[in-house]
Amino acid sequence: MATKKFMYVNRKAPYGTVYALESLEVVLIAAAFEQDVSLAFIDDGVYQIAKGQNTDGIGMKNFSATYNALGDYEINKLYVEKESLEERGLTEDDLMPIMWEDEDDDWAEKPSIRIVSRAEMANVLADQDVHYSF
Amino acid sequence: MALVVNGVEVATDEEGYLEDLSSWTPEIATAMAAEEDVELSDEHWDIINFLREYYEEYQIAPAVRVLTKAVGKRLGKDKGNSKYLYSLFPYGPGKQACKYAGLPKPTGCV
Repeated sequence: MATKKFMYVNRKAPYGTVYALESLEVVLIAAAFEQDVSLAFIDDGVYQIAKGQNTDGIGMKNFSATYNALGDYEINKLYVEKESLEERGLTEDDLMPIMWEDEDDDWAEKPSIRIVSRAEMANVLADQDVHYSF
Repeated sequence: MALVVNGVEVATDEEGYLEDLSSWTPEIATAMAAEEDVELSDEHWDIINFLREYYEEYQIAPAVRVLTKAVGKRLGKDKGNSKYLYSLFPYGPGKQACKYAGLPKPTGCV
């Protein structure tokens, strides 16, 4: 079976709607099919991978730690739109340092997050075979 | 469904998974295994403890593929394969080991 490029586009804040959690679950399930998977974080979607999330006050499960497991599922292309961060007063330092371990390089830890401009994001999206929008 | 451990009733769902993750004790794992005629060895506990640590860190039960790779890395290549894991957990390392560990069924596992 030929490998396809799958892109999961995340545009919504992590809590308040179920989109972020559903997207993450679909990504983890679909990882079993061993396709070329990327994630994009745009607009309020950038908050999904923000550091220091605390859901105590809203009675929802804090699933932010699960993004750190993506590397184990061989998902290591997390594109984050620079303008979306800037519009919210955020920088890369406000995001979780999500890493993956390269088995072919003695398990060296490498960053999964790639900050790209809006124009670059358009190219990344155009280069995919399948898009899922959450 | 309920399991009785040390005279205390423990709530489980229709497939035998623990309802309340935080109520897990090693005795519960032993009792769940006993119901399936399994006696837990140190090798079983290695996997159960690994799964609990994984859940604690990432808030998910790992897929079997991920479990296999991680066990190979942590416990040695001779253990990081499905043959070894299935020899310990014949009903499937994901389903059966996660159940004993008090975790939900792995995401995507049917």
